[in-house]
Parts: sequence; C-alpha cells; structure tokens
Amino acid sequence: MNSHNIVLMPVLLPLLTGIILIFFRNIKVQRIISLLSFIVGIGLSLYLVTAVHTNGILTLDVSSWNAPFGITIAADMLASILVLTTNVIGFSSLIYSFRSIGTGRESYYYYTVFQLLIVGVNGAFLTGDIFNLFVFFEVMLMSSYVLLVLGGTKIQLRETIKYILVNVISSAIFVIAVAYLYSVVGTLNMADLSRKIAEIGQPGIITVIAVLFLFVFGLKGAVFPLFFWLPGSYYAAPAPVLALFGALLTKVGIYSIFRTYTLLFYHDIDYTHALLGGIGLLTIIIGVIGAVAYWDVKKIIIYNIIIAVGVLAFGISLSNETGTTGTILYLVHDMIIKAALFLLVGLMARIAGTSDLRKMGGFIKDYPLVGWTFFVAAISLAGIPPLSGFAGKLMILQGAAEAKAYFGMFIILASSLFVLYSVMKIFINGFWGAPIKTEAVPSKSMITLLGPAILLVAISLAFGLGVEKILPYISQATETLMNPDIYINAVIKE
Amino acid sequence: MEILMAVVIGILFTCAVYLMLSKSILRIIVGTGLLSHGAHLLILTMGGLKRGAVPLLGEHAKSYVDPLPQALILTAIVISFGVTSYFLVLAYRAYQELGTDNMDLLRGNESNE
Repeated sequence: MNSHNIVLMPVLLPLLTGIILIFFRNIKVQRIISLLSFIVGIGLSLYLVTAVHTNGILTLDVSSWNAPFGITIAADMLASILVLTTNVIGFSSLIYSFRSIGTGRESYYYYTVFQLLIVGVNGAFLTGDIFNLFVFFEVMLMSSYVLLVLGGTKIQLRETIKYILVNVISSAIFVIAVAYLYSVVGTLNMADLSRKIAEIGQPGIITVIAVLFLFVFGLKGAVFPLFFWLPGSYYAAPAPVLALFGALLTKVGIYSIFRTYTLLFYHDIDYTHALLGGIGLLTIIIGVIGAVAYWDVKKIIIYNIIIAVGVLAFGISLSNETGTTGTILYLVHDMIIKAALFLLVGLMARIAGTSDLRKMGGFIKDYPLVGWTFFVAAISLAGIPPLSGFAGKLMILQGAAEAKAYFGMFIILASSLFVLYSVMKIFINGFWGAPIKTEAVPSKSMITLLGPAILLVAISLAFGLGVEKILPYISQATETLMNPDIYINAVIKE
Repeated sequence: MEILMAVVIGILFTCAVYLMLSKSILRIIVGTGLLSHGAHLLILTMGGLKRGAVPLLGEHAKSYVDPLPQALILTAIVISFGVTSYFLVLAYRAYQELGTDNMDLLRGNESNE
C-alpha cells in the first residue's frame, strides 16, 4: 500500500458509492449512503490539502508504470483545493436535493448519477494525462446529460438535445486536438508534454493546437462566442442540479484552460494569452448584458456564471503572479457563491411558484432568514470588501495593473457594478415591496432547503474574512502554476 | 498515404458539419456519427501510417505499428457509442413527447412554454 494512494481516493470514493447505490432501491438508504460518502470525501480532501501543503505535489503512477508511460494522477495545490471545494458543493447540493428533487427522480438512480458526476469532476481536476482528462470529461458530461434530462419534462427533453449536441461536437474536437498534439509531440502525459514543447519552443503548429484547446475548453466553460448553449440548457435543470452545474461544470473548463495555458502553452504568450484576455473581456460584456436584461431569477444568475467565467479567463491571461493568485481565489469563491445563489434562487422560485421576478415580492416578511442569506450572498458576489469576492478581484485588478491592461481593469470594475445591480434587482423586487400570496413551504423542509445555502454562505464569509489564513495555500498553488518545472519534476522522477 | 487519409477525413468533417446544420434530429445524429468517424480516423492517421506488424508480440516482427493510438481510438469509440445510443433514445423520447423532429420547432423559452 503506497501512501500516495490517497491521491486517487477523491475519485474512487464517489465511484464506489455510485456503484453501491445502484443496488439499493430504498430511497432512505440511498440518501444516507451518499451523505456519508460526501462526509468522508470532505475529510479526505481536507487531508489531501494538508498533505500537499506539507509534502509538495503528490503523484501516483497508476499500476507503478513510470511517469511518461503510464497514467499519472498528480495532486498539486490547485487541484486539491478544487477537489475540496467540489466535495463541499456536492454535499450542500445533496442535502438540498432531499426535499426538492422529488421521489420520482430519486428512485431512478438520481444519487448514483450524482456521485458519478463528482467522479468526473474530481478526476478531471486530479489527472496528469491529457487523454485521461478527456475520459474524465466524458464521465462528467454523461452524468450531466442524465441529470439534465432526468424527469423527462418537455423543456428538459428539448434543451438536453441541444446540450448533448454541443458537447458531442466539443468532445470530437477534443479528440482531434489530442490527435494533433500527439502527432507533433508524441506523448500524452502533461508533464512530459510540457517538457517536450519547451524543447521545441512552441512552433506555429503548437500555437494552433493551443487555440484548438482553447476552443474545446471554452465551449465547455462558456466563453464569449461559445456560450450560446448555456442559458437555455441550464435553465431546464431543477435547482440542486443547476447548482451543481453552475458551480462545477464550467469551472472544469476554466481549470483545464488554466492547466494547459500555464503548463503547456506558455511560450507564445503574446498571441495565445492576448487572445484569451480579449475573449475574457467580451465574455464579461455579454454576461453583463444578459444579467441586466432578464427578469427571471434563474436567468440572471445563469448570466452571472458567464460574467465570472470571463473574469477568470482574463485573470488567467495575465500570467503574472498576482493575477494568478487572484484568479485562484476568485475561482474558489465563485464556485461556492454560485452554488449558494442557485440554491437560494431555487428556494425563492419554490416559494413563489414561479421564477419570474415580476410575480414575486415581500418575502422578507415571511422568510427573513432567506432574505438576509441572499443579501450576504449577493454582496459577496459583487465583491464588497469584507466578503469573499473582494480579495480575488482585487488581486486580478492588481495583476492587470502590473500587466498594464487598463482597459481590462475598467471592464472588470464596471462589470462588478452591473453584477451588484442584477442581484440587488432580485433582492429588492423579491424581498421588499408588497407581499404576494405564496405557497407555504413546511418548516421541516426549510431546514434542508435553506441549511445548505447558509452553510455555503458561511464558508464564503469565513473565506472572505480569513483570506490571510488561506493565502499560503493559494500562493503554493500559484508557485506551481508559475513554474512548470515544479510540476514536471514532481511527476517525472529520473 | 497520410495525405489521402487527410483528404478523406476532411470530406467526412465537411459532411458532418453539413448534416449537423440541418433541421431534422436524425440527420444531426448521423452527422455526429460521421464526425466521430472522422476524429477516430484522424487519431489513427496522426499516429503515423508506417508499415509494420500488428501490435502483437507473438508476431516477432522487426517493427510494429504504434499501439497507443489504437488504444485511444478504442476508448473514444466506446465513449461515442455510449453517447450516440443515449442521444438516439433521447431523440425517440423527444419525438414521442414533443411530436416533432424539426429543430426549428424545438425553440422556445419560458414565454412560449
């Protein structure tokens, strides 16, 4: 038993849980098993973060085949932090599912597919092999197809067709990009790829492949010209599934851009990173337009995903230390707060019986706790200083100032204002004003529905107030990203 | 040989794109099938089409063809097989529920629900 086997546990645990859940038809048993699995998963990933903090990057050569020849699972600080975040979000979304998803869906393997989605996401974060990344993407996407269509209402069927089509195309292009990369470089292990690309010094063809990868991951992560599928598809999903999708799926695309553009394609920054930065800014603008335009609570938060993706893409494109640290901070913050917001918005839609903001009003009288939780989440999203969204955005702005990207700074600052406007629009119209007649949510359900959102907002508050405690971990992640040699030396031992 | 394969794969991609831009769901699914064929052939071609024995050590040949792209293709084939069968069943269900296979009629937002 190799002590490094711990690295694989965040993938194995949900996989085993998912398989076990297939055999139980009793919904209570399913709930308890999946809940226990997530509690163990959070413990494991906390241990992983501390282990990586003390020992540096942990790698596991699967089946003891040495690095470039076998599949390597490599947990650096960024991947470990994201795995921890994924587990926390999965846990919250799972609790929310108990009283909102309905027994019809629960009895058709909802929890199994839920666990398999977590397998895909954790695997994509931890893998050190580009084709293995493709496979984990497919695990994640297959589960997301099922979660999106489960229930079989008309809107779900219609939107799932579009969602699958877009992802089938992007997966085919992923395969094509891997094929090109293999023909140029002749290896699939990311550390080995990085070393060999550095040897040949990124000729034009590698830049073309870099843009092809940007296309693939941009389609998954919904950046500017490739975001068109996201608003419709995500709108069809039920609230806990939407929280999972909004918090995790696009961020896996962003993580992949982060990984490939810091580890592999960093030799022609003037072209690739400038392209990424421009795309990021356009994404922000599109997201802002959507977030301001709609009067539907789900749509507003969905367009806020796109804004955050744009900010992250711009942060990655800066490729300096401050900008990268800021991007990691913002990535973790955004995953947590988006999950919280989708859970809260789902709760609002449930109370009102509609997600149309114009048909809501006066919730603060009957549901003060929901209101104030939403308020904290909303100002945290906009980045008001003591809260979690502030530090990340500040450091991205500092990074932009260092890179002399003043136009980008302006766009990001202005976008924060519109983000604040869009979520305050929800708060003011939904929670203030004359109360409307609402469906009473039983107080027993309120604990499981509101509890996870409060947990996430509390974590985000702690994240904002305790940034200095977290910063050593984030800087360790930044250090690995800025110096690919650390990653390469950890994976390839000679 | 690689040039010929590249041209053929290009034609496959062209057909796939053309079919995926059409209105009927079934044509779109046929297009995704052609797209995955093209992608798989591309892996094979990009791995190199040099002559050599099949990758079986019992052959005792001087040189073998590259076994890695074949493993990658096998993985990609089963994945796309799974996705395609799911997509076909989904199209069938959608036809039953929504009563159309025309993508133009599958538009909509909350206002015309």
